[in-house]
Amino acid sequence: MSAFSRLRLDGVSRRFGGQAALTELDLTIEAGEFIALLGPSGCGKSTALNCLAGLLPLTAGSIWQDERRIDTLPPERRGFGMVFQSYALFPHLTVRANIAFGLRMRRLPKEETRRRTAEALRLVRLEEHVDKLPGQLSGGQQQRVAIARAVVFEPSLVLMDEPLSNLDAKLRLEMRTEIRRLHQSLGLTTVYVTHDQEEALSLADRLVVLREGRVQQVGSPRELHTRPANWHVADFMGYRNLWRGRVTRVDDAVVTAESAGQRLLGEAVGDLRTGAEAVLAVRPEDIRVDGAGETRNALSATVEVVEYQGRELAAEARTDTGLLLHLRTERRIAPGDQVKLAVDPRRLLVYPDGPAHRPEDQGATR
Amino acid sequence: MSGAGPDRPLAHWRHRLAERGVDRQLWLLVPALVFVVALFVYPFCYGLTLSFQPTNGGPFSDYARFFSDAYERGTIWITLRIALPAALLNVLAAVPIAYRMRGRFRGKRLVTTVLVVPITLGTVLTAQGLLNFLGPTGWFNRILLATHLVDEPVRLTHNYWGVFFSLVITGFPFAFLLVLSYLSGIDPTLERAAATLGADWRRRFTQVTLPLLMPGLATTFCLTFVLAFSVFPSAVLVGNPAGETRVISLAAYQAAYERYDYPYASAIAMIMGFVELVIIAVVLAARSRFYTGSTGGKG
Repeated sequence: MSAFSRLRLDGVSRRFGGQAALTELDLTIEAGEFIALLGPSGCGKSTALNCLAGLLPLTAGSIWQDERRIDTLPPERRGFGMVFQSYALFPHLTVRANIAFGLRMRRLPKEETRRRTAEALRLVRLEEHVDKLPGQLSGGQQQRVAIARAVVFEPSLVLMDEPLSNLDAKLRLEMRTEIRRLHQSLGLTTVYVTHDQEEALSLADRLVVLREGRVQQVGSPRELHTRPANWHVADFMGYRNLWRGRVTRVDDAVVTAESAGQRLLGEAVGDLRTGAEAVLAVRPEDIRVDGAGETRNALSATVEVVEYQGRELAAEARTDTGLLLHLRTERRIAPGDQVKLAVDPRRLLVYPDGPAHRPEDQGATR
Repeated sequence: MSGAGPDRPLAHWRHRLAERGVDRQLWLLVPALVFVVALFVYPFCYGLTLSFQPTNGGPFSDYARFFSDAYERGTIWITLRIALPAALLNVLAAVPIAYRMRGRFRGKRLVTTVLVVPITLGTVLTAQGLLNFLGPTGWFNRILLATHLVDEPVRLTHNYWGVFFSLVITGFPFAFLLVLSYLSGIDPTLERAAATLGADWRRRFTQVTLPLLMPGLATTFCLTFVLAFSVFPSAVLVGNPAGETRVISLAAYQAAYERYDYPYASAIAMIMGFVELVIIAVVLAARSRFYTGSTGGKG
């Protein structure tokens, strides 16, 4: 129940039948941190959260709250607040009673329960809805009740399981800011599960990227954004251009690789040798369209598809040699246009590929 | 467009009606309506009018006769004394078993089948079994005698208990199936949420599951009560039809087929229906005090 200074997950694993859902998750969470567990569906992130909450027993490993082992405790004795994807508000209780539930279970004095419930209601700005039932609230309001209910008893850890995935785009942005604001004002240690990289990057102090039950990378939003540990993470972090190729030359960190007949310069991430199979990764916004006069990584291509996206256009273009590029530009281009493209070699990341370079073998950075 | 003129009011009306759910699909209700009218509404109205036409006396004299005769009047109490506890026990016993059997586990289908089999037995077979098992020379008493727990057989048949057991055996599967479906209509995430908020299993049940289940329990109670209240075969076969299990349906039967006094039998049937309605009204009134909306589950 009490606050901790450090929560440690040690080799936490969970199997369902013969299927490994989560494999040896090691993670240390410092008090006050906002951690996002990020990954595509089925990557084990919700499993990890449920293991933390105590809703799912571990198959192996342990969880330590400072020097106390807690993975054997039932959920009600861990004292962690949890926000569920479906909100899981008690439909028969009013907004007030829903929020007060955790306080009532702790048998706090009536006066204190009332005071803290009112405080939480103010925090999520639901004062005028106190006596309504959850069914009478909009999705966003229900979400705020769920958050208030999970934080009102000042849990040592707040767990959030894709809390925004049931909201529409506009509300999602609002609630994202709200969650960030709450975290900053209350300083509650939070573990947040999402499949939305943008959400994770904007909210978290530290991100844990999972894939097939294994940690791929742990790092700050900046580290993940600029230097994904392997091409799977790059794929997930918005590197839409992933080209298979072969390394033709290595100069320390700078490598030359060939993909679909194009010779490109990039930065090596991981161990690469001449002749090795590689994956080249670039974000669409890192491909420049006014590339005329550029000598390094210059490509000429024909625009095939253009999508209007407000200030920018998202486009697909193809070189004569068949390399398909996703790009974003403010320039007005149209299908059929011939364009000169260029990629800054520092923005083109080259990853080892092939069976010997399964992502989990590269070792997650910590 | 020239032809659209006269059609327009008609099309307009069709839209208005469709908005209120009146369309051609309503014809699908016809078979059900025919059955309800032919097998329930007409017999009921016939019986009601018949009960006001006694062989002698004014329109209400048969009702007066029933209530003035303590032997007849007592059948209401006798029936309630059997039906209410039996229905209550059925519902209460179904709750923990159904609660335990939510969700998926190996062998669930087998357990459900075993619990539901008594439905298929019918009252007569159940009565036969009860006589063999609980009768004075049945296994149950023989075991008690052999282990010297009792000196003479315990009387569990041909009295109140025989009927009571029979009602529990035949009524439980209904109660169980109903409670199970109400329980699986409650989103299991709610209990998980309650657990993370610090509620142990007892309070998860009393604070979350039970309040959401109460309306379903009330409905289940009403249905099993109605089944038990109209008890007839077991009251004769394993009860004491001349004395403590002379239930109200038996009184109606005797009036109709032993004395051939149909108006009086109809009056008893009407009283029986009225008593049932009163109990159901009380239970449903209590039910409306609970939350009866969506419980988030798969329903």
